[in-house]
Amino acid sequence: MAINYTKIPVREQDPKVRATNFKEVCLGYNEEEAVLEASRCLNCPKPMCVTGCPVNIDIPAFIKNIKEKDFEGAAKEIAKYSSLPAVCGRVCPQETQCEGRCILGNKGDAVSIGKLERFTADWSREHNVDLTAKEAPKGKKVAVIGAGPAGLTCAGDLARKGYDVTIFEALHKAGGVLEYGIPEFRLPKETVVKTEIDNIKKLGVKIETNVIIGRTLTIDQLFDKEGFSAVFIGSGAGLPKFMGIPGENANGVFSANEMLTRVNLMKAYLDDYDTPVKIGKKVAVIGGGNVAMDAARTALRLGAESHIVYRRAEEQLPARAEEVHHAKEEGIIFDLLTNPTEILVDENGNVCGMNCVRMKLGEPDESGRRSPVVIEGSDFTMEVDTVIMSLGTSPNPLISSNTPGLEINRRKCIIAEEETGLTSREGVYAGGDAVTGAATVILAMGAGKKAAAAIDEYLSK
Amino acid sequence: MYKIVKKEMLTDTIFLMEILAPRVASSALPGQFIIVKNSDKGERIPLTICDYDTDKGTVTIVAQAVGKSTMELMNYSEGDQVSDFVGPLGRPSDLCEMSEEELKSKNIIFIAGGVGAAPVYPQVKWLKERGIGADVIIGARTKDLLILEDKMSEVAENLYISTDDGTYGYNGRVTDLLKELAEKQGKSYNHAVAIGPMIMMKFTSMMTKELNIPTVVSLNPIMVDGTGMCGACRVTVGNEVKFACVDGPEFDGHLVNYDEAMRRQTMYKTEEGQARLRYEEGATHKNGGCGCGGDK
Repeated sequence: MAINYTKIPVREQDPKVRATNFKEVCLGYNEEEAVLEASRCLNCPKPMCVTGCPVNIDIPAFIKNIKEKDFEGAAKEIAKYSSLPAVCGRVCPQETQCEGRCILGNKGDAVSIGKLERFTADWSREHNVDLTAKEAPKGKKVAVIGAGPAGLTCAGDLARKGYDVTIFEALHKAGGVLEYGIPEFRLPKETVVKTEIDNIKKLGVKIETNVIIGRTLTIDQLFDKEGFSAVFIGSGAGLPKFMGIPGENANGVFSANEMLTRVNLMKAYLDDYDTPVKIGKKVAVIGGGNVAMDAARTALRLGAESHIVYRRAEEQLPARAEEVHHAKEEGIIFDLLTNPTEILVDENGNVCGMNCVRMKLGEPDESGRRSPVVIEGSDFTMEVDTVIMSLGTSPNPLISSNTPGLEINRRKCIIAEEETGLTSREGVYAGGDAVTGAATVILAMGAGKKAAAAIDEYLSK
Repeated sequence: MYKIVKKEMLTDTIFLMEILAPRVASSALPGQFIIVKNSDKGERIPLTICDYDTDKGTVTIVAQAVGKSTMELMNYSEGDQVSDFVGPLGRPSDLCEMSEEELKSKNIIFIAGGVGAAPVYPQVKWLKERGIGADVIIGARTKDLLILEDKMSEVAENLYISTDDGTYGYNGRVTDLLKELAEKQGKSYNHAVAIGPMIMMKFTSMMTKELNIPTVVSLNPIMVDGTGMCGACRVTVGNEVKFACVDGPEFDGHLVNYDEAMRRQTMYKTEEGQARLRYEEGATHKNGGCGCGGDK
C-alpha cells in the first residue's frame, strides 16, 4: 500500500462563530475519519512515537485496533497506560512528543495520534466501555494530594494495582488545572473531565474535596492518624506571578489564574452561577504561553477586544502552535516584542492604560532563546481597561512548610528523584508542577505514573 | 455537604452558625478563616472563624448579610446543609506562635469593629485558656448592631463597649475610647489587635501609631480560592505585595496600604449590587437591571 503523507483534516467550529461561544473548538474525528487516519500508520518495528510519550502508551497497538474498527479494544489498550485519554487527546503538545517523532513527519504529516486518542476516548465514553479491570486488593492505603493530572494518574494506577487510594483536593471540585485552568472550549468539563474522573472513581479511588493538606490535615497526620502507608504529593504550581511594575494592584489587573478560575471553575460566564467576572472593553494579556492564549481567548468570548502582549517574537511564543493558530483565527491581536513598564490608573483606581516599550532580539540567554532588549526611546501607551498577568506560576509552599523533613529548592519546588518521585521523606513521593514548576498536563501525568510504580515497589517490600 | 447544626440571629442582619466540619474544627486556630459555598452554583465566601469545638466537630461562623450570597446563607435554617466548607485558611494569629513568656510580657488590647468581634473572640478565649488576660473594645454604629457582648465578657479581662451614636456604652468611636483608656485611664498596652471594617482598621492603626502601640490587623479582601491561587487578595504591606489568604490575613497594621485595600474591595460593587437586587426582588426583577443588559 502506498504511503499516505497527508493527514485527514479534523473538523473545527468556524472561527467567527466560536469566538462568541464557549463550545469546543475542535470537533474531532468520526469513525470513518479515524479509521482512514489510523490506516496511515506504518506500524514501525521500532515505534519512535512511543518513546515520545511521557506515559509510554503503545501507540501502534491502539492505532491498529482503530484500523480494524475495534474501538473498544483501542480504549482498553490506552487504559493500560493512561487514565485521562480524552484529556490528553485534547491538550497534550503532541507535535513535540509522539507526533514529533512519527517517521511520516519526515516527509509529510505525522499521524494525528492525539486526535486518534481523543476519538478513542470519546467513543469509549459514548459506548460506556468498562475500563475498570484491576488487581486484587492489597490492603494498603495510599493518600494522594491534589486531584489534578499528576494525582489522578497516580491514584488511577495505584487503584488498578489493588491499593486503597484516597485523593485529598483543596478545591470543591476534582480536576485541578483541568477544571480551573483550561477553558471549556478546549476541554469540556461535564463530558470529558468529569467522565474521566468518574472512571477513576469506578476503580475505587475516593476523592475528598475541601481538604487542604498543610492546613486541614498534615502529612504526618495522614501517616499517624489516618493510617496511610504512602503519600503522593501532586499539589501543582498554583501561585501566580506578577511583574512588579507600578500600577499592578489597580482595579482591573488580574492574574490569569484568577480570571480563568472565575470563568472555568466558578462558571462566571453562565448567568445562573453567582461568581462574577469583570472583563472590560479592551484587554491586554501579558505573556505568551498556553495560559495566556486561554486567557486572551476567554476574554474575547466574554466580549472584549483581546490582545496578547509578549516581550519576545512570534517564534519564541511558548504556547503550542495550534493554540496560537486558533487564537489568531478567532481575532486575538498579537502585540509582540512589546513589554509593559507601568499600568496607568485613573482617579478611581481603575486601569486606564498601559505604558510599554518596544523590544528587539539580542544575544541568546541561558534558555537558548534570543533575549529581548529594550529599544531606547520606544515608549508608547496602550489604551486598555483590563490587564491580565499570565507570567507563570510557582508551587504553593503550604505543604512543604508544614511537613518537617520535606526538602524544597530555591524555587520552592519539592525536591524529588526523577525516576521515582521519592522526596527527602520516606514514603512520601511527589510529581508534577509541585516538583518541576509550571509545565504540562502530560508531564505531570508521567510523573504521577512513575511515582505510582515506585510506591507499589516500596509497599511491596 | 456540611450540616448547619445551630443558627442564631445576632441582629437583623448578622447571624451565627455552627457548622459540622470535624476536620476543620480539630485543626482551626485563632486568626484563621474558612470558605463556605452555599450551593453548587454559589460563590466561595471567605468568613472568619468565631469559635470551634473539637468534641462536637463544629466550627462557628458569624457573617453579615450584605450581598446575595450572604443573604442566601442567612436564609438557611438549622438542619440545612451548605455544599462546601473548607479551612482553616490563612496563618494562625501571631499570638499562637508566641512563647508563654512572650505572651505574659504583653499587655494586649483587642479592638473589634462590628462583625470584627467574631474573629476577635477566639483569640481572647485562646489567651484566657492559657491564663493570659486581655482587654477588649467592641465598637458598633449603634446598639442594635452590637454582637457577642455576653460571650466576650466571659473571656475578656475588661470589656469596653462603644457606639458611634451613643445608644449604648461609650459615646464615640473605638479610636476615641482607646485614646481615653490609654491617656486618661492609665492603661499601658503594648500589643493591639484591630479587626473590623477596613476604614475602622485604618483609623485605629493611625491612633495606635500615635499611642505607640504595635498593632496587628486582620484583612478581609476579595478572594476566590483562598489558597494562594488567584491573587485577588493582594495587598501592599510596607513596600511588598502580599496575598492576604496565605501570607495573612494578619499583617502589621502600621504598614498596610488601606486606601488601596479599600479601593480593591469595591472591584465588584456593581455586580454585587445587581446580584443582590435580583435575589431580593426574585422573579419580579427584570433581567438586564437598568435595561442596558450589562449585568450578571
